[in-house]
Amino acid sequence: MRKLIEGSMAVSESVRLCRPHVIAAYPITPQTHIVEFLSQMVADGDLKSEFINVESEFGAASVVLGASAVGARAYSATTSQGLLLMSEVIYNIAGMRLPLVITIANRSVSAPISIWNDHSDVVVLRDSGLITLFAENAQELMDIHPQAYKIAENPEVSLPVSVNMDGFILTHAFEPVEMLDQKFVDEFLPPFEPVHKLDVENPITMGLLAEPTWYMETRYKLKETMEDAIPIIENVAEEFKEKTGRWFGGLIDTYRMEDAEIAIVGMGSLIGTLKDVVDTLRAKGEKVGVLKIRSFRPFPKEKIREICSEINQLVVFDKSYSLGLGTILQEELRACFYRQKHQPLVSGFVVGLGGRDIPPQSIIDCYNETKGKEILDEFVDINEEAVGRR
Amino acid sequence: MAETTKKRKPKPPVTESLLTSGHRACAGCGESLGAKLVIDAAGPNTIVTTCTGCLEVFSTPYPESAWRVPWIHSLFENSSAVAAGVEAGLKALGKKEGINVIAQGGDGGTADIGIGCLSGMLERNHEVLYVCYDNEAYMNTGVQRSGLTPFDTHTTTSPSGKKSFGNQHPKKPLLEIVAAHNIPYATSATVGYPADLQLKVKKALKEKGATFIHLHVPCPLGWVYNTELTIEIARLAVQTGLFPLVEFKWGKVTRVRKITRERKPVEEYLKHQGRYRHLFASEEGKKEIKKIQAIADANIEKYGLV
Ligand SMILES: Cc1ncc(C[n+]2csc(CCOP(=O)(O)OP(=O)(O)O)c2C)c(N)n1
Ligand SMILES: [Mg+2]
Repeated sequence: MRKLIEGSMAVSESVRLCRPHVIAAYPITPQTHIVEFLSQMVADGDLKSEFINVESEFGAASVVLGASAVGARAYSATTSQGLLLMSEVIYNIAGMRLPLVITIANRSVSAPISIWNDHSDVVVLRDSGLITLFAENAQELMDIHPQAYKIAENPEVSLPVSVNMDGFILTHAFEPVEMLDQKFVDEFLPPFEPVHKLDVENPITMGLLAEPTWYMETRYKLKETMEDAIPIIENVAEEFKEKTGRWFGGLIDTYRMEDAEIAIVGMGSLIGTLKDVVDTLRAKGEKVGVLKIRSFRPFPKEKIREICSEINQLVVFDKSYSLGLGTILQEELRACFYRQKHQPLVSGFVVGLGGRDIPPQSIIDCYNETKGKEILDEFVDINEEAVGRR
Repeated sequence: MAETTKKRKPKPPVTESLLTSGHRACAGCGESLGAKLVIDAAGPNTIVTTCTGCLEVFSTPYPESAWRVPWIHSLFENSSAVAAGVEAGLKALGKKEGINVIAQGGDGGTADIGIGCLSGMLERNHEVLYVCYDNEAYMNTGVQRSGLTPFDTHTTTSPSGKKSFGNQHPKKPLLEIVAAHNIPYATSATVGYPADLQLKVKKALKEKGATFIHLHVPCPLGWVYNTELTIEIARLAVQTGLFPLVEFKWGKVTRVRKITRERKPVEEYLKHQGRYRHLFASEEGKKEIKKIQAIADANIEKYGLV
């Protein structure tokens, strides 16, 4: 069944079908619609979950941590300041190997306070052990949540998974969406069987103190698990494709990359714009395609190298910036080719911070400017006069 | 002969505690004693969440654990919220029946950094018993002041000195703050009176909602006293009126432990403890003791302890 629905509705409907036992969330723009829809579903009896109205995002993350620890399927959603407030707990959830899913309606980080989209929030957690997936549109949001639970709850993974969606651009936009149904999701996503849980029949201790003799080993196991998650993310997406015919990528996705010499790279809803841009450029005879990074963590280095084996240049559009270093996705892609046999040129542009519009023409201008030469740290479409740019 | 012999109660069978021995608490640790009394009163069908702090550190250094019940430590400030999640998870799974959920934390984890999560858990009335182990400072990090450190106490961040008698703020009224959430049951207790404590644990666990025990646990290291004095000092805190034993039901005081006959001046309590040594060193200090006596008198008056 196809319906015209808001991105947030696609998320809440998809989450409902995953039958979470416990939902804990705190309102913050632009995530609010998701939790409002979910609480209405609980109020109407369409979703049998314990919906916990917590006092903060810190509390929300702690509640879902506790729920996951007893073997309940748990869900939360947040963004920006809320995610930062959760960050201490997210590290903890990952360290304790507690699977759950959290949707992040990506938004910039204060100061100055801005409720609009970019990726500055989630990149803060890139070292935390949180599996980080980016969705491109409302359909992918519908499809990705059962996949996210399936990845998180795989006993070989047992980690939190975040589904990232661009604030407003995806949360508040209406798109036609092919709806999933309960029967399908129940078959695709089996009940949660935790690796470990708090159970009076079999008492275990979780969250112990690790002295220097043990801490490093726990981090090593997490590192291994992140590597193990790479094929699992891909396989779960493949399985979903087999059953529905829909594919938005596993670790990555590509568009018109077959004979491409240049790849334009991005994450999230920007991919739609990039595809349009590539169509325009292709029409002018440019050999260019789109590389979509769907899994930001784990970062699929091998897969990227493989896909870029014939690519001369990557033109990366980042919606975040590591102050004192550079654009984040660009830096990571660059590192991924260091001392490899094939080393494409890598350029990096900053776009869309704090919800700044990203017109296709700006992308085209960047492309034309950087083609064949490296450009880094270029803040696209900023008010030059206002910043008194050097 | 037979009639005059008092009937002896049969001795309870010797069972191992649910908090086993061999953990790393200091000799004379009031907190470890309290934790043992609490969990043994609660019994094996209990899931425990614990804040970062001495209790967590001394009982669960990997790969050892002293806990024989399912137990989880997450962070310093969230054992109440984790317990709320445990409770909600069990309910959603249909497994809550017959299972107690206990959240624990030190005075710092409870009254300072964790008070937001605690308030949320209480306000939503989760079926969780929260136990605050009040040793009146951040002991795990080396005796720094907390919101529950009493007036004129020397700690490493509220030291006494030429210009200071130590912590200048009165103890935060934690129990009243908790009781004001209008929960079914909130009480203070002390390791000085173990039977009373265990009775209160059982009472709390019978309620179908959030309950709270503010448990006074002397710390020989932080309070600077001889390890054999833990119980005596705990009792003196009650007997002087500095730590009143008060029970609240639905926000109203329902019972207090009277100290009419055992009432003692605060010096009796203070003199054993190095953290008050500075008060006995000068005439000025002795004037400060009068202020502490006034705090005790106010407690006695407020709760009608005599
Ligand atoms: C967010 C955070 N801040 C600070 C700390 C450091 N810390 C760990 S335990 C502790 C003090 C614990 O004091 P209390 O809660 O009174 O428990 P006690 O050790 O006295 O039993 C502190 C400050 C921490 N672990 N996490
Ligand atoms: Mg303490």
